[in-house]
Amino acid sequence: MTKPIISMKNIVKKFGDQTVLNHVDFDIAQGKIIGLIGPSGAGKSTIIKIILGMEKTQEGTATVFGQVMPNRKLLNRIGYMAQTDALYDALSARENLMFYADMKGVDPKDAKEQIEHITKVVDLVDDLDKRVSGYSGGMKRRLSLAIALLGDGEVLILDEPTVGIDPALRRKIWDELHSLRDDGKTILVTTHVMEEAELVDDVALILGGKLIAYDTPANLKAKYNEDTVENVFLKAEDQNEKNMGNR
Amino acid sequence: MRRTWAIAKRVLKELFRDKRTLALMFLAPILVLTLMKVVFTTNSTTDVNIATVNVQSSLVKQMDKMKNIKVTKYSTEQKANKALKDQKADGIVHRKNGNYYVKNANTDASKTAATKVALQSSMVATNIKNLKAQLTKMAAANPQAAASMQSNSQKAPKIHNSYVYGNKDTSFFDKILPILMGFFVFFFVFLISGMALLKERTTGTLDRLLATPVRRSEIVFGYMISYGLLAIVQTLIIVLYTVYVLKVEVLGSMWNMVLVNVVLAIVALAFGILMSTFAKSEFQMMQFIPIIVIPQVFFSGIIPLDQMAHWVQDLAYILPLKYSGEATSAIVLNGEGLGQILAPIGALLIFLVILTMLNVYGLRRYRKV
Ligand SMILES: Nc1ncnc2c1ncn2[C@@H]1O[C@H](COP(=O)(O)OP(=O)(O)OP(=O)(O)O)[C@@H](O)[C@H]1O
Ligand SMILES: [Mg+2]
Repeated sequence: MTKPIISMKNIVKKFGDQTVLNHVDFDIAQGKIIGLIGPSGAGKSTIIKIILGMEKTQEGTATVFGQVMPNRKLLNRIGYMAQTDALYDALSARENLMFYADMKGVDPKDAKEQIEHITKVVDLVDDLDKRVSGYSGGMKRRLSLAIALLGDGEVLILDEPTVGIDPALRRKIWDELHSLRDDGKTILVTTHVMEEAELVDDVALILGGKLIAYDTPANLKAKYNEDTVENVFLKAEDQNEKNMGNR
Repeated sequence: MRRTWAIAKRVLKELFRDKRTLALMFLAPILVLTLMKVVFTTNSTTDVNIATVNVQSSLVKQMDKMKNIKVTKYSTEQKANKALKDQKADGIVHRKNGNYYVKNANTDASKTAATKVALQSSMVATNIKNLKAQLTKMAAANPQAAASMQSNSQKAPKIHNSYVYGNKDTSFFDKILPILMGFFVFFFVFLISGMALLKERTTGTLDRLLATPVRRSEIVFGYMISYGLLAIVQTLIIVLYTVYVLKVEVLGSMWNMVLVNVVLAIVALAFGILMSTFAKSEFQMMQFIPIIVIPQVFFSGIIPLDQMAHWVQDLAYILPLKYSGEATSAIVLNGEGLGQILAPIGALLIFLVILTMLNVYGLRRYRKV
């Protein structure tokens, strides 16, 4: 196996006395779309923040491109979309995008072209010069995604990118993610939509602070003897609860 | 550098689209300064009403002649007391057994003082008149002495006033104005910049921003550039307004005043950013005003520092407004040049460097590199 692009080794993360991640190992190979699933509060966003170096761990380290995080310079090569939209309301979508292009050090000559392409993908071309304060929830979500796609990062980390986005557009976005993957990009996506979990290369299931399962959707379905990822998820959760009860 | 500019540009854009905040920064100080000018200039001419009982009419006339003093005669003490109670009189002068008894309402210390002065100087004046009258009588009886007296008598000397600063209309307002100017600059920049960074934190854009390769120092400097520019405009407006519209005399260079206030504004900005990291909400940010901003007014020179207890004087050294007050007072009242105000400006710059380093370091809370 080639060296992983993202690697978490023996991660322990606590908030106060609540242990959110309990010795998690998690490697992601290049050129894959990984779907990170798990119940609400399982620690998906926490994993993402640790990978980006935004949260400190009690034990273990995360590396990206073989270098230990946090590392400011590497952030250049990572596109990130947070779970909550963090946009500048007083600015237009174009101004938001231009600002982040500056932050990521995108060549000003390329920035215009990139913005044009990205806004087509997220279908915001007509509203590009509207202030974000006048955006709907879904539009804000799409703008956040557009910002993550800026800068042509080799790694994309997207925290629930398709919440509040209609089915047609959701399909379009997934097509784009697949074509990015085919260009060799590595993509980590969290989601609560199990149909989306069918579209990824590997599913990582976080439960009770552990990485319970990490395999292709097909293998997982075979292993749990279920026909959808959704049922696998429910079955795994069920078993986990029983295990906890037995203890 | 590109990122610093981009951040500065963004902050300015956001500010210029927030018309109310902009109005607060530019118009509020002007409004308050104008109000204060009106209040302090009218305050200097208070009319004092004095009631008299059983006072000889020569003294009454003499007192009544004085500026801003009105004397009313009352026949009995009871009537005078009633006038005092009804606030028709500010004080009663009562003559009993050759002595004078003064009863003051004392609701306004300046009126009490004016009453005392009026009585005393009038008494002196009437005494002199009486003496003169007696002397003339004596002179009539003794012509020789009168002749020598005539040659000795000189005209009473007249006092001519001249002013280093301002003119005879210079009021308390003129003294506190330079200090107030600094206060406004400090207050508004502190509040608005602190709020801006706080908002950036609570809406999550700061986290988002720190997930890009931006340096922490670039964020701090971006804010400094944008608010520095804003502060220049704000100070220019305030200074030009006070000099040309309120007609407050500035002995030194107006531009030095602008310089001092701009440096102060950037200190306020750094202070605001620092304090915002201790606040969880806008309301908590407001709570810093009575703790951090208001007390500085007392140490800024409105009340002379050398009259305070020693430990209080020492406290003033850690307050930026003390230095700006010192510098602007020196420029406005004494006409000092740049050389004389370098020390307070240097002190402000030291504040700035320390606060900036703290801010760059403080952002580590949100990203470790
Ligand atoms: N800053 C924090 N302080 C304290 N506890 C936190 C903090 N951030 C997260 N947690 C806790 O860590 C746990 C995991 O949170 P996380 O946001 O990673 O969940 P998640 O899997 O992303 O959930 P969701 O699907 O709802 O987004 C939660 O129990 C949460 O309460
Ligand atoms: Mg989450």
